[in-house]
Amino acid sequence: MNHLLTAPILLPLLGGILQIFMSFAPLGLRRTLALATTTLLLVVAFSLLLMADDGTYRAYAFGNWAPPFGIVLVLDRLSAMMVFMTALLAFFCHIYSTRGTDAVGRHFHALFLFQLLGLNIAFLTGDLFNLFVAFEVLLIASYGLLMHGGGTARTVPGLHYVVLNLIGSSLFLIAVGLLYSVVGTLNMADLAVKVPQVSGNDLLLVRAAGMLLLVVFALKAALLPLCFWLPRAYASATAPVAALFAVMTKVGIYAILRVYLLVFGDDAGPLAHLGMDWLFPLALVTLAAGVVGALGSDGLRKLVAWQVIISVGTLLAAISLNTVASTSAALFYLLNTTWVVGGLFLVVDLVARQRGSAQDRIVTAPRMRSRTLLSVLFLIGATAAAGLPPLSGFFAKVLILESVQPGIELGWLWGVILVGGFLTVVAYSRAGSIVFWRNVEGHVRDPGQLTLPVTVSAGALIAMSLVIVAFAGPISRYTDATAQQLHTPSAYIEILETPMVNGGDTL
Amino acid sequence: MEIVFALVIGALTAAGVYLVLRARTFPVVVGLTMLSYGVNLFLFSTGRLVTGGQPIIDSTEQYSDPLPQALVLTAIVIGFAMTAFVVVLALRSRADTGDDHVDGKIEEFWPESGAEKRAETAPEEKS
Repeated sequence: MNHLLTAPILLPLLGGILQIFMSFAPLGLRRTLALATTTLLLVVAFSLLLMADDGTYRAYAFGNWAPPFGIVLVLDRLSAMMVFMTALLAFFCHIYSTRGTDAVGRHFHALFLFQLLGLNIAFLTGDLFNLFVAFEVLLIASYGLLMHGGGTARTVPGLHYVVLNLIGSSLFLIAVGLLYSVVGTLNMADLAVKVPQVSGNDLLLVRAAGMLLLVVFALKAALLPLCFWLPRAYASATAPVAALFAVMTKVGIYAILRVYLLVFGDDAGPLAHLGMDWLFPLALVTLAAGVVGALGSDGLRKLVAWQVIISVGTLLAAISLNTVASTSAALFYLLNTTWVVGGLFLVVDLVARQRGSAQDRIVTAPRMRSRTLLSVLFLIGATAAAGLPPLSGFFAKVLILESVQPGIELGWLWGVILVGGFLTVVAYSRAGSIVFWRNVEGHVRDPGQLTLPVTVSAGALIAMSLVIVAFAGPISRYTDATAQQLHTPSAYIEILETPMVNGGDTL
Repeated sequence: MEIVFALVIGALTAAGVYLVLRARTFPVVVGLTMLSYGVNLFLFSTGRLVTGGQPIIDSTEQYSDPLPQALVLTAIVIGFAMTAFVVVLALRSRADTGDDHVDGKIEEFWPESGAEKRAETAPEEKS
């Protein structure tokens, strides 16, 4: 057992606890320690990424209880990638928050680190009930972060967000209970062994549980009928929080990938590909709704929030195709969209701070002080998000379009993605031309200055789209290998044979 | 016992769903609580209902499954924390918007009905 596997969980946990105890310490000290934690987390995540790249599954059995009876963490290529993606995003969001977001409330850093704790448990756990616990940990931290700074504008969307997620948690528990009552295990590897053996009336129960799980994950991922909470909630959050939340919908997508390729994958017998035929049309409708929302949004923040929904639709459409190539393309798109959308939230906040009372609304306003830099950042971000060449969004979309087999799905997917992409460009160019080009006379009183850490962190996330293009070869090799690994669930099952550490019983 | 148990779960869940749909913060909170009670009882029953069984090997003829009990315990703790949070948030929302509708001030969304409502409630608030 490799103890490094626990580091992405222990680091934010200890860092967060430390933040609570020193909540009356000077802000500079708290900031330094919190940033040190995030930096260390980034280093750990990168070394885990290198470690997972050899393609083996590493299991960490807590308390030396061998699976399927104990709680396990499982590291494979997918979870390593998700942990690294989150750590990088969180690192830059955390730097950005030193602009002043963290000074508004006393517990910002603690909540931020606990959010990372929940995210990392969700990505690393190999147990369905622990996935539920991880969801709750990250949700309760996200409730706090969403309300951070207060204000009426945040209370109401926050209330919707909390109530919806509580109902989602209830459904999750019902699904977990149903699965346990039939199959008798909640370890994911064990589920993958036992679900194919289910027969008779039990089949209906497991099918019901599987579909309920899909509803829960779709709520987290903001698939269409369950996505209307998202734009208001994200648009009302503070910038670093909204940018970090760019990874929250991806937790739902990660859970769908994990559970539906492992437990209900190709080898699952009568339950193989459960729910995938529902996912494809819903994902395309989500994409279309996201585009309509983006076209109709009256503020830049709302526009970026709808972009989150567009990317969810694109991702789930690719995932529901259920081939190795499409999963790989989806993972490539996932990296691109998470970083770029996070960066866009930060850039939009910078824009809003320089426009006085116009804020982020798409209206004419006095000239911004640093509009050259901001417009370039917005241009790069919008290009990458909408999927125009030469940036990474374009290559990701080409990969998705290429991965579809000829058939009825090809027409729908190409049509919706291409028309949707065009209309997204229209939405961004309309917003950009009004905000950056149409100015009225006069000056904004006391516009916010761009400081170095803020600009660097927003710029770095946007620049990730360039980095992904530069390293497209290694990254697509990694995502190909990840997809290959995901589509052979028989290898994951081997973690059930994780031996106990010698001498574990001599105490 | 099974029938009573199932009826209780069904009644709690139905009441919970009804209250959640009421669109007023206090019924929603109570509804969420009932929903989580129903879910917890359901979770408890997934290990099969046994009376007099102990979850310790070699202690009895009849065993009960320890895992659902552990799951339920975790779910209860989490449910309590979440309910507490929702209560605070509902109070905050009432104070911030001056209305207990889940959408905040109702006239922002339905101007006409909101105006009627204000006319109805305004004299009461003065007294």
